[in-house]
Amino acid sequence: MNRKVRIAQLTCGAEYSGVQKEIYDAAESVGAEMFFPDIALADVERAVKAFGLDVRSADLKLMIARGMALVEGKVEADGVFIGTCFRCAEAAIVRNELRRYIPENSKLPVVSYSFTERTTSGTLLTRMEALTTIARRRALLAREEQTGITMGVDSGSSTTKAVVMKENKIVGTGWLPTTEVIKSAEGAVAQALEMAGLARENIQAIGTTGYGRFLIGKHFGADLIQEELTVNSKGAVYLAGHQRGASTVIDIGGMDNKAISVIDGIPGTFTMGGICAGASGRFLEMTAKRLGIDITELGPLAMKGMGKNVPMNSYCIVFGTQSLVNALAAGSSPEDVAAAACHSVAEQVFEQQLQEVDIKEPVIMVGGTSLIEGLVYAMGQLLQTEIVVPPYSQYIGAVGSALLASGFVQEK
Amino acid sequence: MAKVFIYPATSLILSDLVARFGHKPLGAALGIRERIQTAGVDSPPLQITPEEPKRGLKYAAVEVPSGVRGRMAIYGPLIEEAEAAIIVTDADLAFGCMGCARTDELILFSLRQKGMPILELKYPTNEEEGILFVAAVRKFLTSLPEEGEA
Repeated sequence: MNRKVRIAQLTCGAEYSGVQKEIYDAAESVGAEMFFPDIALADVERAVKAFGLDVRSADLKLMIARGMALVEGKVEADGVFIGTCFRCAEAAIVRNELRRYIPENSKLPVVSYSFTERTTSGTLLTRMEALTTIARRRALLAREEQTGITMGVDSGSSTTKAVVMKENKIVGTGWLPTTEVIKSAEGAVAQALEMAGLARENIQAIGTTGYGRFLIGKHFGADLIQEELTVNSKGAVYLAGHQRGASTVIDIGGMDNKAISVIDGIPGTFTMGGICAGASGRFLEMTAKRLGIDITELGPLAMKGMGKNVPMNSYCIVFGTQSLVNALAAGSSPEDVAAAACHSVAEQVFEQQLQEVDIKEPVIMVGGTSLIEGLVYAMGQLLQTEIVVPPYSQYIGAVGSALLASGFVQEK
Repeated sequence: MAKVFIYPATSLILSDLVARFGHKPLGAALGIRERIQTAGVDSPPLQITPEEPKRGLKYAAVEVPSGVRGRMAIYGPLIEEAEAAIIVTDADLAFGCMGCARTDELILFSLRQKGMPILELKYPTNEEEGILFVAAVRKFLTSLPEEGEA
């Protein structure tokens, strides 16, 4: 049994929001334990002064002092969880600065989150799992080449993807909308195996990821069941041919978005979530449906339009849809509406999530939405950079899983 | 005996001073003890559950951070119960600390709104100020109604 991964907790308001138990539960479910770095009272004022952020709340001062103690090596940890109350401006400043300061001055992986009383251990699970993986499985994550015959299955909230890889090449792919989780996975796997011309018994190792990873992992007897943050980072840099150095991975998913700052294929800081589905692929699906086109046609259509011609704010999916309906009723062209929808989603992700990670080039967009060229264009405009969309980007989770699963081939 | 809300609510020194002069200190110890002693609640370390921030909606609107509302669920009822208050500002962290500056603002406002006797003092920084501080607290507490008078 591995020793427990120790995650330092730097939070303000967690106990009083009633979510401390949820944090403990999330950590425990991934074999980690939370702890509060011990520091002397005298260190608090000294640390705040040295850090240079003159906050008034004492718990925030404590957070700063604990963060500095971790960086200075006075307290040892495997990872850091930074959390503050949602809607607290003072806390958001501290959370943001610590989230930047710790990875810049140490090798500790960090995840930050703003919670409400409605935050559950389930919400925190993927983030804790990623932190634990980075700490515990650095050797596995260092893998840069796929060996043997492996399969990766990504059971996402919208679609299920499967990939078969053989000797560092993708030889089969499968894709289905997620309906019944196991049935969809079986279907995607069958497609991938057929394309590869292989049978299940030829597969030497299996990796699963996505929301349904535990269920399908058990069903397929997977060697690796892994959250999508580390898997997608790995898959993205592998497919983009940029395994060394810094990069940024953006995955606008069907239900939530991931923005990951990656160094040598390993996530450094990351955010996951989004305030509303208005900032996710789901809104683009709705736009396509309202325009009476297939989602695959949305991107090319958006490239022909001018987003600036249509006022749209998809901060909330309901109001975003209302803007959509209003624009069409006012005579806006479908091209302009499509472009505005892409710009709106990109803007939400830019404002809500990309501010939480350090953007370093190359910026790699992955996931199904990376095929919507209007969205990629809008993101590139916002970030003022050329976005890299690697081949097979829609299969990113499955590719990352298949790649990492090959670490288990030799063991067999 | 008067019920005296102490601020910072975690100050053991203030709590002790109030009790020594025969009054009931209303502070964190009282609010948290009630939760620790509630059977069937499993939410360590303070036994505060997501229900507390919801109860805190009585004192602060939903757009106020959950940590403030959770704290107000503990201190709000004590403020309602209070007949007097001692407020010590700019206190050293070791003297007592509430953690959240926004909660502090709301608590102090709520206390001042009640129209009850309030002693507001700055935290002493030397021995001379310390003597004056204790004397002021003593004078205030002795001026409050004793048992049966309140």
